[in-house]
Amino acid sequence: MTIPFGHALAFAGALFVLGLSCVLIRRQIMMILIGVEIMLNAASLAFVAASAYWRQPDGQVFVLLLMAITAAEVAVALAMVVYLWRRKRTLVADEFNGMHG
Amino acid sequence: MATMIFYILGFILLAATLMCITRRNPVHAVVYLVAGFFALALMFYLLGAPLVAAWEVIVYAGAIMVLFLFIIMMLGLAPQEVPPGPGWQRWLPLALLSASLMICTLLLVLQDPAAGQEIGDFYLAPQALGEALFGRYALAVEIVSFQLLFATIGAFLLGRPLPKGEGP
Repeated sequence: MTIPFGHALAFAGALFVLGLSCVLIRRQIMMILIGVEIMLNAASLAFVAASAYWRQPDGQVFVLLLMAITAAEVAVALAMVVYLWRRKRTLVADEFNGMHG
Repeated sequence: MATMIFYILGFILLAATLMCITRRNPVHAVVYLVAGFFALALMFYLLGAPLVAAWEVIVYAGAIMVLFLFIIMMLGLAPQEVPPGPGWQRWLPLALLSASLMICTLLLVLQDPAAGQEIGDFYLAPQALGEALFGRYALAVEIVSFQLLFATIGAFLLGRPLPKGEGP
């Protein structure tokens, strides 16, 4: 397959911007987490493209580590979503604006 | 042929992600995201990463997204419970800034001398990937296993029942 390296990076950049706009625009915590997932996948695409460009396995190894890190992050984040839902029966990020000392 | 398939998959990925981030219903968003991840897995395969493509389907589309769906359905997040976000007038400055940032990034990427060079045919067999993963990066694998353990403990602590008086 012959595509320029820049085009693969451009796809990764566009995907990252979509994920970032999802994090910034949406107000529901679940959708913010989905935006984080999209950004992590954009990073994976850049890693795999770089791995194919330099013909080294390191990029793909980092994608596997990234998947493990994502699994850990999702476990904690979704536990926190359930916790927040139990606290206030809502998942709108603006509602969680008080501190309790 | 593979080149054309790569571009088609890339546009499927971007379109599915765009549909995902604009859905009001979280279940629809997750299903669109799964479709995008399948396209991404095929792009990984075309870039010579068959094992990573399989993991993308198994771990991301199979495990992580199902976990999202499970939590959404467990909490019963109906779409009408999500209030409408700010109107498009309030997004407009952000959208313009993001679009100009995106265009600058694309111009920089595409004018880089390395960007014009083509990714040739590359195929990394799973055996070679495993040798790199458990050879040079064995310490990283150990650290990741610790991290998964800590995440399990953290999720367990967060998932305990609330003390009395802290509910809604």
